[in-house]
Parts: sequence; structure tokens; C-alpha cells
Amino acid sequence: MLEVALIYGFINSVILALTALGFSLTFGISGVSNFAYGAMYIFAGYASWLLLNKLAIPFFLAASIAVFLTALLGAAMYRFVLLRVRGLVISEVIATFGVGLIILELFRYLGFSGFEYTLPVFSDGSLLIGNTYVDYQRIWIVGVGLFLAVGLYLFIHHTKLGLAFRGIAQDEHTALSLGINSDRIAGISVAFGSGLAAVAAILILPRGTISVNDGYDVLINAMAVCIIGGLGSSVGVVLASFLIGYAQITTDILSGPHWKMIISLIAILLILVVKPSGLLGKQKELEERI
Amino acid sequence: MKQRRKERIDRGIKARSDDVFSLNSFREMLYVAVPPIAPVLLLIILPLVLPSYWQKVLISTCIFALLAMSWDFLVCVGMVSLGQALFFGVGAYVAGILNKLVGLPIWVDIPIATVLGGAICAVLLTPVLRLRGVYFSMVTLVLPLMLERIVEASGMFGGTEGISGIKPFPNPLVESYVIVFITLFALFAFRRLVTTDYGLVLKAIKDNDRAVMSVGINIYWMKAQALFIAGCVGAFCGAFMTHVYGFVGMPSFALDFSILPLSAAVVGGMGTFAGSFVGAFILVPFSEALRGIGGLRIVLYSFFLVLFIVALPEGIFHYIQRKYQQFERWVEVDK
Repeated sequence: MLEVALIYGFINSVILALTALGFSLTFGISGVSNFAYGAMYIFAGYASWLLLNKLAIPFFLAASIAVFLTALLGAAMYRFVLLRVRGLVISEVIATFGVGLIILELFRYLGFSGFEYTLPVFSDGSLLIGNTYVDYQRIWIVGVGLFLAVGLYLFIHHTKLGLAFRGIAQDEHTALSLGINSDRIAGISVAFGSGLAAVAAILILPRGTISVNDGYDVLINAMAVCIIGGLGSSVGVVLASFLIGYAQITTDILSGPHWKMIISLIAILLILVVKPSGLLGKQKELEERI
Repeated sequence: MKQRRKERIDRGIKARSDDVFSLNSFREMLYVAVPPIAPVLLLIILPLVLPSYWQKVLISTCIFALLAMSWDFLVCVGMVSLGQALFFGVGAYVAGILNKLVGLPIWVDIPIATVLGGAICAVLLTPVLRLRGVYFSMVTLVLPLMLERIVEASGMFGGTEGISGIKPFPNPLVESYVIVFITLFALFAFRRLVTTDYGLVLKAIKDNDRAVMSVGINIYWMKAQALFIAGCVGAFCGAFMTHVYGFVGMPSFALDFSILPLSAAVVGGMGTFAGSFVGAFILVPFSEALRGIGGLRIVLYSFFLVLFIVALPEGIFHYIQRKYQQFERWVEVDK
């Protein structure tokens, strides 16, 4: 029992981190709201399903095209909606939330639900760890998730683009004076975040059927992880994912799957009371807390 | 280089009627009196003339207008809620429980649900008050979804079945007039409230909270009060609709109650309350006329939301107000 909890808690934590990475890159690191994040995730799922089943494109090609399309969708949303309301926090939130709702509810209206909407796993079979069977897809998730988390850390600390992402969140005017085109960087950040959402979707969705409601759950989980980890900290995202991930698995085992999602909410409220800037958030600590 | 620019000038009648001289002529008196009196007359006459189906539409229009005003009020204090369904659902459940399980009569349980619901919402959202920015939006987005899950998971208050058999209003005319008068009262009360000293403090919190703190005002307490007021209005909507449907259940936390008020307020124009009112009276009957589209409703609302935020952020009400008070002309300017 303990072994199952440990292994599946670990996997659940990596899944959370994976879903939160894109949101954290856009919102946490660059300070651009993207409340359409859950919609991007679902869009990638359905896009690769359509490419795979309607156009009969091989899976890995279809998945790559889906990631590209989602990033493009993010960039388009930035160019035509977000750019026009940049700087007005209220409008940013409302506009991106609206775009997300349009995408999600459109899929619901078009009748994209049912058992046929599944993505194939990368490779079949399972592995025996101790006495617990773990299928290869989950191994893939853990591998890619850890790789991306480390990659993101290196990217935002050691590349010019990554430093520019952090720069526009810390002080946009100073960033401008150093020759960083903040509008363009913010757009790239939204596109990257959407692309990461798509990667997460293609890895995670094969575990079950694709459903529109997942979009809301993904957004909630991503927000929870970002708030708890602290804005601007990629280590915080991983730490928060492990906290929530293990808490979720523990509640799942002790009191049933229904209570699993409620953990995120309780965690958000607790952390906002105790340490509003998150576990490891330093950036803008003073400005966000009044 | 010559360029053209649009110049806006107050109409003569606006300039004259701003002052006490408006009493000089009937035309100017009408100019001042028509805008506030028109909605009142309209709402008082409508329940008498509408067929019974459209009376139900009128009721839900008023409900959404109230929710939109409560959203607008929170925006005035700098809090953008993405979950008006929270207020609605809490009010609905409190009223349902009081009526069905405690057995209170309808005229007692609605006021209690209004106040108690407002208080519950304010308490639930207190942790977020110490933060600025998008945290409030995030938590309000999460809360209704979570409460829905909690009800589903724990099976309390009827769980997925909900509570049915709640007593309806004695007759449809009473039902319509109660909601009509409350809506009109809320409209004028909110418009008055934000111009009082109290309202100025609330607006100042949005503009510069540190300045408000530095004059010795406890902004957390002020924000909690604003939340309570907005929560009361939202909870009243929930309590009222519980009695109209005769049922309360998980649909009370549905996304419709979050997104439609938001669209109504944005389409109508933020910050005036009259805008929310106008927006609701455009969007709700419109979507009712198109009710064949069913599930596309939320898509449509969101579409209008995004369209107006991007293309006409001032909203319809400000636009009409400008046309009513000013005329425009093109003038040549040097550049």
C-alpha cells in the first residue's frame, strides 16, 4: 500500500508539474495572464486526435503538428486579443478566460465526447517496480516531465530568451531600455506556454478519454501549483507539484477520488493565508501583497 | 501635414440642464428625467403585458442584471470575480435548506439567505483580500467548481439529486414584481452608493490602495464589506431562483451564472451599473430568442465578451451616453 502510494504519488506529482509548466512559463515567469491554458491543453488533444484519425497521419507526426498548431493558436490569441489589452490586468484576465471558454464550449457543442476520443500510448506494456506495475506511458510521462522541468530551469536562467522572459515580468520599462521588445517577448512566452500545454496533453491524455471538463481541471491545477510554488520560481513549481501530488494521492487512498480535486483548493487558500507570495516566490513579493 | 481629428463637444441642452436652469423648459426637464424614468416605467409595465413565457425570461433577465451589478460593484473595488456562480449557488442552497429542511416560510427564508449567503461568501474569500492582482479572479474561478465537487462527493444537501419540492411564490405577478422592484432598487442604490464618501473610499482602493492605507483606513475591512454587499446581491438572486425553480442542486454553481453576468457587464459598460442593466437586457432576451442553439450559448456570451473587451471596451452604455450628451465633428488639425 505504502509502495503504491509512493510510486503513484510520484507519477501524479510529475503529471501536475508537467501540466503546470506552460502556465508557469507564461504567467509565473513572464507575468502574462493566460487563462485559456486549459483550452490550449484540450485543443492539442483534439487536434492530434483529428489529425490521427481523420487525416490518418502517423501518431508522432500528428502530435508534433498538434504542438505546433497549439503554439500558433497561442500566438494568434496574443496577437489579436491580448496585445490590445496588455497592461490592463482586468481586461487581460477576462479576455483570455473568454477565449478559453469559446474554445472549450465549442468542442463541447460539436459533440467531442465519448470513448472513441482517446490518444494512443507511446509504447505498450508495463514495468514491475518492487511489487507495483507501472505502464510504460507513465514512465514516459515521468521521463519527459523531469526532462522538461530541468530544461525549463536551464532555459530561463541561462538563455537570452529565458532571461528576457523574466526581465519583462520584473520590470517592463527597464527591460525596454535594455533593448528587449516586451510585446514580442510576451507573445513568444504565450506561444511557448501553449506549446508546453500541448506537449503535456499528448503525454497525459492517453491515460483516459479526452473530455472538455479536463480543461477546467488542468487550469485549476496549474493555477494551484503556480500560486503555491510562488511566481517566478521554477523550483517552486516542482516543489508545489510534489506537495499537492502526494496530498492528492493520500486523500485518494484514504477517502475516495471525489475529494482529490478539493485538495488543490484547500492548499491555495492555506498558502494565501500563511505565505501569500508562495513557497519560493521572491519576485514582486512586496507589490502583490498589500 | 493636415490631419482630421474627431472633436466632441457637449450639447447645448446638456450644458443648460446640468444646472438649476433645467427647470426652465419642459424639453430640458425631459432631457434630464427620461433616462432614469424610462427603465422604471418599462419594468413596471412589462410584467402586466408580457405572455407568461416571456415573464420567465424577464425574471431571469433581472436575475442576470443583478448578478452583473454585483460583479460591477466588485470591479469598482478592484476585485475581478470570475465566479459569480459562487454567490448564486450559496444563496440558492441556503434558501433551499431553510425552506425545505427547516421549514421557514418564503418571506422569511429569502432575506435570511440573502444576508447569510453574503456573509458566507465574504468569509470564504477573506484569504484573498490581502493580495492584489489576479489572485482574486483565480480563487473565485476555483471556488464554485470546488463547492460543486464537495456537494457531489459528500452527498450532503441531496448530493447529485439536489433538493426539490421547495415552495413556489403565491402567484406569478408577485414573483415578477418582487424581482423587478429589487432590480430597480439595486440599480439606483448602487449608483448612489458609489458616489457617496463610502463609495469614494471603495473606488480609491482600486486606484491606489496604499494611499488609502496611509490615511488610516483599514482596507481589508472595507474590501470585506464590499464583498458582503456584492455577496448579498448574488445570494438574493440564488435564493429567489430557488423558489422559482422549486429546486436547488449542483446546477446552481453552473458556469452560466459566472460568465453571463460578466458578459452583460462588459457589453453594457463597466463601472456604471446602468451598463450592466442594459447589457443583461440585451444579452438574455437575445439568447432566449436563439434558444435553439442550446449549448452554443456560453460560446456566444464569451464571444461577445472578448469582442467588447477588445473592440469597444467602454461598452454600449457609455457609447449611448456619449451620443446623448455630446455631438461630434471632424476638425482639421496640424500634425
